[in-house]
Parts: sequence; structure tokens; C-alpha cells
Amino acid sequence: MLPGILGTKVGMTHLFDEEGRMVPVTVIQAGPVVVTQIKTDETDGYKAVQVGFGEAKEKNITFPKFGHLKKAGLTKNVKTLKEFRMDDVSGLELGQEIDASIFEAGQKVTVTGTSKGRGFAGGVKRYHFKGQHMTHGYMTHRRPLSNGATGPQRVFKGSRRPGHMGDETVTQKGLKIYKVDAERNLIMVDGSVPGANGTLVIINKVVK
Amino acid sequence: MSKGAILTSVAEPCIKSDLPSMNPGDTVRVHVKVREGNKERIQMFEGTVIAIKHGGISETVTLRKITSGVGVERTFPLHSPNASKFEVLRRGKVRRAKLYYLRTKVGKDARIKEKR
Repeated sequence: MLPGILGTKVGMTHLFDEEGRMVPVTVIQAGPVVVTQIKTDETDGYKAVQVGFGEAKEKNITFPKFGHLKKAGLTKNVKTLKEFRMDDVSGLELGQEIDASIFEAGQKVTVTGTSKGRGFAGGVKRYHFKGQHMTHGYMTHRRPLSNGATGPQRVFKGSRRPGHMGDETVTQKGLKIYKVDAERNLIMVDGSVPGANGTLVIINKVVK
Repeated sequence: MSKGAILTSVAEPCIKSDLPSMNPGDTVRVHVKVREGNKERIQMFEGTVIAIKHGGISETVTLRKITSGVGVERTFPLHSPNASKFEVLRRGKVRRAKLYYLRTKVGKDARIKEKR
């Protein structure tokens, strides 16, 4: 069975559990994904399953990708391809559709997404620098100030400076699945999940 | 199906359809389910509606009352199964949506006219 699935983050809402407590949940439109390639030790040197998710217009698909999907015998064009490493690839075949029912409520999962881009951010926002006073004669306000000692006469690499923030891959481990709606392929995860609404998320069963 | 429509439909089973219409200034009694060990009983909370926050399943109502000289405020999620029943006891006539000014008023100043 596939160890994970691809999905789109729909957004957050909350639900009430049987004890009447309010539970914040993130709704993920997960799957259906379709198997596009099965990698084995003989052909590729390792075992993995490649799946495709989403829909793309024919004009937006590159020719190599078109050929790859044609080889798998797919009728629709998928937008995203993603590979899952597996120890045992038996039981899966090309073109097979896998939906959200591989997950069940209460399961612990790892969710990977792309965090919201913050652009060029200063030290206060990016690294939680304290900053200086806004008034009382301070002229520096939110500047990063000292960059280190005068001894080496340079700034060390990796120093926390202003720069681009966000828009990077973020993995959240140990999240709990609150509910699965297998009919509509919806997965409700307890709590929040990295990334903006409408972006791709990868849900993995493996909690490393 | 749009993202918003999916979210609404997910929360739909939790939404109560039999809620009375409540407005700021009304006096409302809430039947609150309280669990003590394995036992469950109903506790009443009666107060003036000072704020209603909207938003599908997240809708809440804030009630304020004075208990032995101390102001007590409690916010109930309208669709929570623990707030099992809402009863409107009195309709108040007010000119604001949020009655936070009542927090600074005591006694006669904190009265609200009844709607006739």
C-alpha cells in the first residue's frame, strides 16, 4: 500500500468532538492519485512508486512529461508527479487510482508543504530579533545592529541577517488525522498544516 | 466545488438549525452540559448578550451578568453540543452591535430598555 498521498490544502475550520470540545482542523483534498511509474531494483536500482495528482491542460504539459504519462497508459494529464520510496512495490500497478481511504482517523502523519512567502524580511520578522525602541530618541528601530566582533574584521557566513523569508519546504511531524471522508477524498488533520490554502501538500504515513 | 464550499460542507453536520434568533441586548438563558466524572448534568447560565460573532460554525455569543457584585462574562460557541439549549427571556432595545460599554457601568446605568 502507498505510504502517502498528495493533496491540496483547502483551508481550516473547526468541528466538535463527541465530548463537545472544539477541534481546529485543516481540510485537505487528498487524491485521488494515479500510479504513473513503478521503480524496481532491476530497472532503477531502488524501489519506489511514482504517482500523479491534479489536472493539467494539455497545452501546459511538456512533451517529455506527455510521453511519460502516455507510457503509463494514462488518459488524463496530471499536474504533479511525486515519488514514494517503498520496501515492497507489489500490489500496485500502472494507472491504479488511490484515494484518501488509505488513511484512517487517529493515525499519526507527517505533512509537507511550502510555507507562505514573506519576501525580503528584516531581522525582527525573520529571526525574532527584539529591535529597539520606537521612541525616546532611538533612531535604529528595527535594524539588526551588531554583526559581530571587530576581531575577524568580517561578518561570519550564516549570520542572521535580513533576507528572503518563507516559500520553503516545511515538514510538520506527528500530526493526527481527525477524520477521513473517503467518499469525497477529504482528510481532516487536527491542527494546522504548512503552506497557503490551495497549495500542494504531501501526507505521509511514516512518522520518522 | 470551491474551497469555501468544501469548508462549509465539512462543518455542516455540526451546525444547529433550531437556534432562536438572538440580538445584542437580549437576556438569554443557556443550558450548559457539565461533566463531573461520569455524571452529566445541566447548568444554567443567564445573562445579557453583549456581543455576537458570526462565521458559520465558529459563531459565538458573549453573555454578561453580575453575580454577587462581580461581573461575569462567558462566551459560548453557538453550535457547541455542550451549549444544549438557548432560551431568549427578554428582548432588549439597544443601538449598538457590541455592548462592551456595559463593562464600565454598574447598577442603574447598566440597565437595558426592553423592546416593545
